[in-house]
Amino acid sequence: MKIVDDNPSALTALDRPNSYIGRAVPRPNLRRLTQGRGQYVSDISLPRMAHVAFVRSPHAHARIASIRTERAKKAPGVAAVVTGADLAKIMTPWVGVLTHLKGLKSAPQFPIAVERACWAGEAVCAVVARSRAEAEDACELIEIDYEPLPAVTNAETAADPATPVIHKELGDNICFERTLDAGHVDDALASSDAVVETTFVFGRHTGACNEPRSIVADWNEGEQRLTVYQGTQAPHMMQNLYAKHLGLAEQQVRVLTKDVGGSFGIKVHSYADEMAAVAISKLLRRPVKFVADRIESFVTDIHARDHRIKAKIGVKKDGTITAFEIDDLTGVGPYSVYPRTSGIEANQVVSLVGGPYTTPNYRAKARVVFTNKNVMSQYRAVGHPIAAAVTEGLVELAAAKIGMDPLEIRRRNLYADDAYPATSASGLRFEKLSHHESLAHLDAMMNYAALRSEQKRLREQGIYRGVGFASFIEVTNPSAAFYGVGGARISSQDGATIKLDAQGNIGVHTGVSEQGQGAEAVIAQIAASSFGVPIEKVRVVMGDTDNTPYGGGTWASRATGIGGEAAWQAGKALRANVLALAGAMLQARPDALDIVNGAVVDKGTGNERLSLAELARVAYFRPDTLPPGIQAELVATRHYVPRAWPFAFTNGVQASYLEVDIETGFVKLLKHWCVEDCGTVINPQLVNEQVRGGIVQGIGAALFEQCLYDERGQLLNGNMADYLVPMAAEMPDIEVGHVVSPTSDSELGAKGAGEAGTAGAPACVMNALNDALRPLGATPLTDMPFTPDKILRALGKV
Amino acid sequence: MNGRNVEISLTVNGETVTESVEPRRTLVDFLRENLALTGSHVGCEHGVCGACTVRLNGEIVRGCLMLAVQCNGAKIETIEGVSDSGEVADLQDAFEKRNALQCGFCTPGMLLTAQELLAHNKAPSRDAIREHISGNYCRCTGYHSIVDAIEAVAQQRGRR
Amino acid sequence: MKPAPFAYARVRSVDEAVALLGETAEAKVLAGGQSLIATLNMRLSAPPLLVDINGIDGLEGIAHSDGTVTIGALTRHVEAERSGTIAAHAPLIARAMPHIAHPAIRNRGTIGGSIALADPAAELPACLLALGGDIDIAGPDGTRTVKADDFFRGLFETALGPCDILTGIRIPAASKNTRIGFAELARRHGDYAIVGLAAAAQGDGKGLKNVRLAYFGVGSTPLRQPKAESALSSELNGKSIDAAIAALDLDPPDDVQATGAVKKYLAGVLLRRVIKQLMEPLQ
Repeated sequence: MKIVDDNPSALTALDRPNSYIGRAVPRPNLRRLTQGRGQYVSDISLPRMAHVAFVRSPHAHARIASIRTERAKKAPGVAAVVTGADLAKIMTPWVGVLTHLKGLKSAPQFPIAVERACWAGEAVCAVVARSRAEAEDACELIEIDYEPLPAVTNAETAADPATPVIHKELGDNICFERTLDAGHVDDALASSDAVVETTFVFGRHTGACNEPRSIVADWNEGEQRLTVYQGTQAPHMMQNLYAKHLGLAEQQVRVLTKDVGGSFGIKVHSYADEMAAVAISKLLRRPVKFVADRIESFVTDIHARDHRIKAKIGVKKDGTITAFEIDDLTGVGPYSVYPRTSGIEANQVVSLVGGPYTTPNYRAKARVVFTNKNVMSQYRAVGHPIAAAVTEGLVELAAAKIGMDPLEIRRRNLYADDAYPATSASGLRFEKLSHHESLAHLDAMMNYAALRSEQKRLREQGIYRGVGFASFIEVTNPSAAFYGVGGARISSQDGATIKLDAQGNIGVHTGVSEQGQGAEAVIAQIAASSFGVPIEKVRVVMGDTDNTPYGGGTWASRATGIGGEAAWQAGKALRANVLALAGAMLQARPDALDIVNGAVVDKGTGNERLSLAELARVAYFRPDTLPPGIQAELVATRHYVPRAWPFAFTNGVQASYLEVDIETGFVKLLKHWCVEDCGTVINPQLVNEQVRGGIVQGIGAALFEQCLYDERGQLLNGNMADYLVPMAAEMPDIEVGHVVSPTSDSELGAKGAGEAGTAGAPACVMNALNDALRPLGATPLTDMPFTPDKILRALGKV
Repeated sequence: MNGRNVEISLTVNGETVTESVEPRRTLVDFLRENLALTGSHVGCEHGVCGACTVRLNGEIVRGCLMLAVQCNGAKIETIEGVSDSGEVADLQDAFEKRNALQCGFCTPGMLLTAQELLAHNKAPSRDAIREHISGNYCRCTGYHSIVDAIEAVAQQRGRR
Repeated sequence: MKPAPFAYARVRSVDEAVALLGETAEAKVLAGGQSLIATLNMRLSAPPLLVDINGIDGLEGIAHSDGTVTIGALTRHVEAERSGTIAAHAPLIARAMPHIAHPAIRNRGTIGGSIALADPAAELPACLLALGGDIDIAGPDGTRTVKADDFFRGLFETALGPCDILTGIRIPAASKNTRIGFAELARRHGDYAIVGLAAAAQGDGKGLKNVRLAYFGVGSTPLRQPKAESALSSELNGKSIDAAIAALDLDPPDDVQATGAVKKYLAGVLLRRVIKQLMEPLQ
């Protein structure tokens, strides 16, 4: 077994004794999951719980003329049949806009469609029954008269005057537009030695979490309180939404998140059917459960990407990149998703294109239009894979055009490692990045020169291999600049409360949540290190709005950098409290004491003075023995939000090595490498696995995944057999390396690592593919996913 | 004809179970709903994801592609059973140590599939491991760490 | 998604199965269930009755005698995969087996079920067709045998009547002159193929005779290619191979994984690859 690079080259070990920072500590409580004893929402069953199933629109756009429910209401086991009109009486609609995305507009969306269904798959009626099977039986008995309306399914023509407007009150089908013009793009392009212009296409894809979206909602009429068990990334955000749209106080709503079977951004949004389940519980005054089945997941889980980008790069003979220019178009479905909107991905694309490079000349235009397809919103690495593929695709096409090595052109244009702080052409502010060191590390790790000679030798035997790269930047640790400033009640700050129990253990209550990334382990490592106890003494409590400090949850690679810093500070604060008490008990100066390995020690000698168990015993059970005026405070809470930088940018570089069977157009992935810099590495194994998992999702985008719609707005491959997710046999081994540039915005210096893999993988697979096919004169491939069909066409075989 | 309940009797993790079930109830729903053995997961219900993998008479099957009524007289083992017997303890250790799981939803099926591979192939190559688990979907890990963990256990068992 | 309600009957004999199928219109036979139960779960099919034939004795097993390999309908894929008899006497089946789905599916799916379902993208129907096998059927009028060439009639449509049970298949055992070839292109291991080709022939000096090509994934049934077969059944050289590819009579429809044009082109690529295999004597 080879665990690569488990010991990063440089650690800012935050020199506490017995620090767990930077160590590959196994995640606590994993045995629960390996024994099948976790608790996912789909596992939860409550007394008197009923099951909800939805009738969903078969039409992409239709007026709902009538719904006849009589037969369904009489079917065995049925408790209720609920329509959009029923729920509109108890739950207010929502509009997914953010004020800082100027001009972004959307229409009110209801938990169940009222009057009109706007995509194939939108819920139009719900059945509540004793079992899911009986609910589905009754769904078949509901008779709905639809009057089909024209469906807008082509983003290219969605904004044309001749195209019907989906929401008349909005005036047109444009959801959001953004333009940016920095430097002197026209002059720069005119003075270039070569200009490459092409169109990139990114398939629509979806998260395909292994556990579908699931919710159990339990309105207790006696308590006037709603308890929601939900596999969500953002419990406090959901608490706010349920309260707001049911007209409740937030304290009337508790959201509990236990184990979550994958999220990747899919489970950070409101979903109409989940809102409906919550409203139905209130309406029926009983617990109800809704678990999306896989077919429903494909037509309702948010989709993402689906961008068409016309792009241009100018370059000088010496490799200097003179300018980037893009024109982005994306069709996001009939509604902007609430509350994070459907404008962020395009906005990110505009911000991120060209991001690793110093050229000041950049012009961008993005247009987001409404269509009658499933809604789109933020999915892992939002915008990054698109921006990276456009940027890195252009860079390698330009390098090929001027006959320059793809690493060399990067060396000549990447921000120098000593150029920081720096501001990109699009206005992104970089605190400290390490493009060149990362690239050098990658070059060595993959033995680039040897691969090139192998590639050359094999080409002579008719074997076509390619090497491709992608430098990237990643938005992590978002401040309020991401959502809060736009009016969304999405917390960018996060809190941690640490309590010392009577045996000297600590409980860490954190606002971040766990969906498998290892946030629980990271928080435990940080708290153990900062307070001074063995990690076995730490229990982390998360995913419960009643019992954790207000926080944003886990998304946008924020859990470690923000939630972790809060835990670090809370640990320090509790240590100060404990040492103040210990000082009083031991008649010592608190600053001469420390906590090491679960005991109060003399700072100088390390000699144990008092175990934490003994200190807690006295504090809790014999406070009468403490000196007068001493009150033990053995709980501490701290919060943290990045203030100096709107985002903590990370960077990295990936490489892909692959072989194309030029007769069949099939691609075999041979190896993948990534060097990334997420600042202080708290747990190298967890970072590596975030990177690996992310890369494979990116490979899915490059080669396999696409939600295929026909012109009527019907999803053609909405099942696991036809929508191709990456499986083990086709995936490569992946090597991961690190460079460490901590952020000085926090003491820990940690940035996020959750999106890096997904951000760069599609770009470097694309570049490797084009590198493999270049000697054959193939048209460069820029239309993802790269199916055998497209590869064979590029080769002129069909 | 209708879906009248059928009484079935079978062994689940060594325990004899007698239940009345609708013919349409799949094995995995039977385990989860009737017996509250929730370690076997429901991911796709059309036989692609492998999250529902359980053992029927010693061999792994898709729990969503079997009906409970078909299991009358059968011996079923789930992740809970093989955990308690200690049969896959080394695989579980390796998965935990190598972080070969993130959300854990695929893990019970992945472990049972890996155990079957190692029963038939003492020293599988990485490619053979990848091929054998190719019917078990994991969205989180990218598979590399899972292959590492299974490979490590194959080597450990080979040394014993 | 849960299946619509249905009744269930576990039968002990073929006669009982045939009789029950006669009593209930639209009843379906449940063998391995690896395709059927998925369609039930998705409510793509809602039969009133499932007739479970898994309890019928004598419908499983693999035997070789008198130049024929017999495979009982209830034989699981995994048994064929691990069978020495199959490896020695039906090597085409052995070669195809690892491509079929995944271990958990092969543990449960039956050979008879795969033939009876006749998925046009499945491996086994094409193998049976390439081998010129026979299908044994029991029905209301007794038993009969249908040649593979006459069995596959349309999309998921076979010579099986609504009350028939496929009881087994028989294939000619490989001899020392037997040549086989198998290739398929699937996006992911175990997926249904975009296009696949199963082939059998007799070695004849430096050439081949009795070439039988059966494509899958390119039409509504597995498809023989008589013109290409005869082009290959005399002298084998670059010219005859080109002629065989030119003679391929395929018009595959587009599907979500590939366009018809690409499938047709890939059929030619596979033919070249399979011919290479056909030129190799069996070990």
